[in-house]
Amino acid sequence: MCTVGGTRGPGLVNNGLMYVVFHSPFNLCFPFSVSFFCPLRMGPLLVLWLAVFLSGTWAVDRGNFKTCDQSAFCKRQRALKPGQSPYRALLETLELTNTKLTLQLINDNNKVRLLLELYRLQGNMTRVKINELKPLKPRFEVPDVLINDPPTEPLSLLSQDENGVVLSLGADSQWLIVSAKPFRLDIMEGREVLLSLNSRGLLAFEHLRIRKDTTRDAVKCFVALLTALANGLKRTSTPFSLLFPFSFSPALSIGLHEDGMWEETFKSHTDNKPNGPSSISLDFSLPGVEHVYGIPEHADSLKLKTTDGGDPYRLFNLDVFQYELFNPMALYGAIPVMLSHSAQRTMGIFWLNAAETWVDISSNTAGKVRHTHTHTHLVNMEGYNYVQGSSETPQTDVRWISESGIIDVFIMLGPTPTDVFSQYASLTGTQAFPPLSALAYHQCRWNYNDQEDVAAVDQGFDEHDIPYDFIWLDIEHTDGKRYFTWDPHKFPQPKDMLQGLMDKRRKMVTIVDPHIKVDSSYKIHNEIRSKGFYVKNKDGGDYEGWCWPGNSGYPDFTNPEMRAWWASMFAYDQYAGSMENMYTWNDMNEPSVFNGPEVTMHKDALHGNWENRDLHNLYGLYVQMATAEGLIERSGGVERPFVLTRAFFAGSQRYGAVWTGDNTAEWEHLKISIPMCLSLGLVGVSFCGADVGGFFKSPSTELLVRWYQTGAYQPFFRAHAHLDTPRREPWLFGPENTALIREAVRQRYALLPYWYQLFYHAHHSGQPVMRPLWVEYPQDTATFSMDDQFLLGRDLLVHPVTEEGGRGVTAYLPGKGEVWFDVHTFQKHNGAQNLYIPVTISSIPVFQRGGSIIPRKARVRRSSSCMEHDPYTLFVALSPKRFAQGELYIDDGHTFNFDKQKQFIHRRLSFANKALSSRSFITPSWIEKIVILGASKPSKATLKTPDGKENLLEFEFDASMSVLTLRKPGVNAGVDWTVVLQ
Amino acid sequence: MSCALLLLLTSLALAMGTGAAVEIQRPRGVPQSKRQFYEENKPFTCLDGSSTIPFDRVNDDYCDCRDGSDEPGTAACPNGSFHCSNAGFRPAFIPSSRINDGICDCCDTTDEYNSGATCQNTCREMGRKERESLQIMAEITKEGFLLKQQLIHEAKRGQEDKQVKGSGGKVEALRTVKETAEDPEKGAKERHLKSWEEQKELIRMEKDKTRMAEAFLELDDDSDGYVSVAELQSHLELDPDSDGSLTETETQGLLGGEGKVDTSTFETVWSIIKDQYLSEGLLDPPAPVETPQEEQSRDFVSDHDSDHYPEDYAGEEEDVEDDEEDDHEEEEEKVPPTVQTPEKRGDDELSMPPYDTETQSLIDAAQKARDDFDEAERALREVDNQMKNLEKEIGFDFGPSAEFAYLYSQCYELSTSEYIYRLCPFNRVSQKPKFGGSETNLGLWGQWAGPEDNLYSMMKYDHGQGCWQGPNRSTTVKLTCGKETVVTSTSEPSRCEYLMEFTTPAVCQEPASLDEVLHGHTEL
Repeated sequence: MCTVGGTRGPGLVNNGLMYVVFHSPFNLCFPFSVSFFCPLRMGPLLVLWLAVFLSGTWAVDRGNFKTCDQSAFCKRQRALKPGQSPYRALLETLELTNTKLTLQLINDNNKVRLLLELYRLQGNMTRVKINELKPLKPRFEVPDVLINDPPTEPLSLLSQDENGVVLSLGADSQWLIVSAKPFRLDIMEGREVLLSLNSRGLLAFEHLRIRKDTTRDAVKCFVALLTALANGLKRTSTPFSLLFPFSFSPALSIGLHEDGMWEETFKSHTDNKPNGPSSISLDFSLPGVEHVYGIPEHADSLKLKTTDGGDPYRLFNLDVFQYELFNPMALYGAIPVMLSHSAQRTMGIFWLNAAETWVDISSNTAGKVRHTHTHTHLVNMEGYNYVQGSSETPQTDVRWISESGIIDVFIMLGPTPTDVFSQYASLTGTQAFPPLSALAYHQCRWNYNDQEDVAAVDQGFDEHDIPYDFIWLDIEHTDGKRYFTWDPHKFPQPKDMLQGLMDKRRKMVTIVDPHIKVDSSYKIHNEIRSKGFYVKNKDGGDYEGWCWPGNSGYPDFTNPEMRAWWASMFAYDQYAGSMENMYTWNDMNEPSVFNGPEVTMHKDALHGNWENRDLHNLYGLYVQMATAEGLIERSGGVERPFVLTRAFFAGSQRYGAVWTGDNTAEWEHLKISIPMCLSLGLVGVSFCGADVGGFFKSPSTELLVRWYQTGAYQPFFRAHAHLDTPRREPWLFGPENTALIREAVRQRYALLPYWYQLFYHAHHSGQPVMRPLWVEYPQDTATFSMDDQFLLGRDLLVHPVTEEGGRGVTAYLPGKGEVWFDVHTFQKHNGAQNLYIPVTISSIPVFQRGGSIIPRKARVRRSSSCMEHDPYTLFVALSPKRFAQGELYIDDGHTFNFDKQKQFIHRRLSFANKALSSRSFITPSWIEKIVILGASKPSKATLKTPDGKENLLEFEFDASMSVLTLRKPGVNAGVDWTVVLQ
Repeated sequence: MSCALLLLLTSLALAMGTGAAVEIQRPRGVPQSKRQFYEENKPFTCLDGSSTIPFDRVNDDYCDCRDGSDEPGTAACPNGSFHCSNAGFRPAFIPSSRINDGICDCCDTTDEYNSGATCQNTCREMGRKERESLQIMAEITKEGFLLKQQLIHEAKRGQEDKQVKGSGGKVEALRTVKETAEDPEKGAKERHLKSWEEQKELIRMEKDKTRMAEAFLELDDDSDGYVSVAELQSHLELDPDSDGSLTETETQGLLGGEGKVDTSTFETVWSIIKDQYLSEGLLDPPAPVETPQEEQSRDFVSDHDSDHYPEDYAGEEEDVEDDEEDDHEEEEEKVPPTVQTPEKRGDDELSMPPYDTETQSLIDAAQKARDDFDEAERALREVDNQMKNLEKEIGFDFGPSAEFAYLYSQCYELSTSEYIYRLCPFNRVSQKPKFGGSETNLGLWGQWAGPEDNLYSMMKYDHGQGCWQGPNRSTTVKLTCGKETVVTSTSEPSRCEYLMEFTTPAVCQEPASLDEVLHGHTEL
């Protein structure tokens, strides 16, 4: 679903102008938008508003969201230019314990002291924490994101003088240099600088302070002025005078409010800042780096762009109506993790801060000459001399700015992409291992109207022989947008409906959003209110805002008691009408507040003692965390949950899937789904997808088909559509297109064993499922900016057709000396080439890497559950050296027994050799067929089983494609076996 | 390991004729009609002829034939199909992917022989239910079809009636009426225009006279009843050679060679000087007398236009779609007084004396002509509408035997919890909230929209009220056979695309004999 602008009209009747405006994105932040809910009879005043809003509707969606210039702290921070840092390390305060080094820093301008903590973490990471030495009150430190207190390794002091200290970072001749004046940190390997902190002097820490009265007077004065101004304008009776106070105030307030330190107004919303300024900033320099990635969520290319001359990338979870592509605006989720990559090394920076954050990126190779980097001093100790790279060395400079909290940054030193993934996984955990069926196809729409509709769609899939596993219900299924309830007319017998799906071995997802209708006859609301679980406004009352149900409260998910209570609401006896084949979707959890600033919660709203300002980006993570916990609990801890979320933060990967929100049925949106999911995969979130077909607007048939073809090869595969769009179930576009979509979905189902195995690895070791090519070919610079194709695991390369009317694609097949096999034709192609592939509307260019073995299930059935015990076909793609290996992972597909009781089969498969390690899990599945690509014709093929038996296998050999097909080995997938070709 | 179990032949005991049980052996999933291709212990040739395999590879759970024909009883072939006999009900083919998938598809349970699913044989029960519902349907169809025959009969009579009215009598009669109305209209129009011209001229003369009298009084400074050369000489604007001075000779020339003129002679002088003459009482030159008149006449013409425009517009554009609105609009937009007499005009005319009786009577005559004209035109429009409606009705496709004609100009309603839906066949579909609020147009009659072989099973209404970011509302009406004419359900499967189910005898097909329906497809 769903976004703010796309509201429904009053019932099915809509009234001309009013209807239009009702849907206009411009009522979003506007506090009077409630008026639009009243049917008809608009007074003259209302008409005036409509006229004003309409005039701007199509041009300026962006006006609802802040630029850096409109975000006071960002503006203040960004006004600070690179130069000599006022910070100095007080070396005499240095303390070194087994686990960390502490050191005080002083700002020579205002004498405020900071405390620096340095940790060397296991797994080649360094943690740098900087806080005020003595803050007026505690500053927020992000809880619940790290899976544990990261284990440390001892730091050893190598040398020290009045200029600084040198610490060893372990065996790889890596060390850390702390320079005292100005303060900076350099991480070295040998004589090479890997990364420097504060080398551009942009460390800035707005210390907490007491508000001075003069400020208050200034505010009063300003308010008086503003009132006078507004009154004056009103008397002129120009209709626009009503708008002026809002558009005037930001500009004026900045001047009069010490740059918005104590109060800030955006549009009609005033942000009270009782704690005053609290922002932080730090710069990082990455010599030798030209490519940085990550910091989702942005609708932008995979390779991050420099931000000089524009806005920084923004991380602030927002419900953005009809988001635009290729810009750094914030979207629904935020993961403050950036990866840097060069042919030599991959590293990561994890900026653990949940407040509004902006990231500036500049580069000396981005079309401009950079000043030569000069140093105020060198640490002049024998053996540790270092020089900064010359201006000819490429370098990327990054600067992070956050509104509050502390600096807590994890530097993941790689050196390989795999290492960085493991390092990040060791901090924040890995992808939740989803039930296998969640990797299959999902059918969604806002909305499937009633039980009959659900039954008819379900039937439609069977009639057209298209598999699906999940059908989804958006907000209209509830009783008046009261989550955990059902519309009594449209869904009078939810259990009958769910049982009907269960009989087909299918499942359902219902939406449960975090905004709770304020309604004294609604149990959920009453309980949350009586337990005091709602987020509070700045005055201590329950915070309320507008969302789908109208006036809504927002539970304080940061409160563990609240989360426990929320989880308990998913118990079968609490969530009436729920059954074990019903799962959950958390939408609008940025949170979305239609009449809030930037369509979200006021920053001065309170979660316990902390302001929303401090932890805003965490809210969505907590919602999904509590929901996933609820689904686990309802099954007594047995079943794996499946929860989809729109908002997310670092660590959200542990709780389920994310999707890229309310995209649009346009070709560019299809294309952007690739970099958006690749970016998420790089920072831990593997279970990512975009609404197939596009949420807003109606796709052309060609676009819909191409989107299915692309989505079939992306991790989360769900079709979804806006309420206002025409129906688009796969069979509504004529038999030819139905067949094309059926084929795409069937390819997905056949490949489910491979997908499942990839997710097992993502869960096990944090390796992304969907990968940019450079992850597997880190030295191949041609791949570094590539985001129109991708790898699934190591072994499948996908270059979907995303061009309208596309007649061919040029796929880059990486790997010198490697070969790739077209999975449809088995045609062999050499690596390290750009391959032009002519395509038709049925083409989905996919290649299997020579040297790999991929298991598939050729018997595609109605749902993945129906295929559970079906046999496997192994596709063995031989390398030029006639070698291949792969694996086969099998478990029950839905419980935690794989983990708790180690019930699984994980077999290594090598060509012409038997496999290893079998565990206690028993599968009835067997090996149906083995297809060997790039083979030569054997004289005979012998299957050897552990009981000593040998059976000759029949085979077919296709000489034109060099494909050898071994007929029906028939051996159980869980036992050892060997096939010998002679 | 399941693959070893799968080479099976099934024994199917089938009831034949008098109940004698005969056992026929054929491989699992093969229909009787194809039994001869599966001869035990003989090599099997794929039904597409692509290859021949030993018979033990039939149903061995491995797909050998490209067309899937070697695995009629297993799920091994992606394109295979499985035949269930379903004794007691209808036999069926299912995709082979539904064999042993844990879901009971065949009512005789034969598709789930190795999945652990516990299926009940429900064929007998389903057969019974189907027979019952077929029986009910058959009765409905039978009665519906009788009703349909009546409808066709009535339609035929009605149509003939209308054809007569339309092609021959009525339209012609109406045309005469129209033409009779047009004559007086034309006359009235001409009279009106003429009277206006006369009236304008009169007014112009009247005004000129007034102005002349005023000028005379003004010029006659010494009030001796004559305008003298001296009195006129101050009016430099009258200077014929425009050299800046009005000489005595020039002035005398203006006065027709006289030294002074009285009021009656001044008429001649006035006709020469009036275009240049500036009143002494005004600092600025007075607006030329003609100007207000011209304005008035323009105003009049434009009033006339605006009076007609909406009618023409409505006649062309709206008439077809919405008569009610049309009428309403007309009333509102009609400009009340079509004639504005000069007396009512601007302030600068205040001084003008009232018209003489001659002028006034002309004005009155014009007004009357106008009223007559309007009257005649209204009558004409009415006649036109009637003609159009009749032509339209004749133009509708009321089905092959005009069986749907009875629906024309009828409306059928369905009340749901929130709305009242209204279907007026061949006209429009609308929706009105039960608890206040205005009606929404869900579509206007478009066309028959059923599939090629059953065109009259669906109606499409489109171009309803527009939707935000979406199309105009539209409604598909599905017609099913029923004894009564009634809207049975409405839904909005997709935003602004409505679906209405409607029963009518008009779609009832001639019933097949019940026996045929019940036994036609049962495999024996």
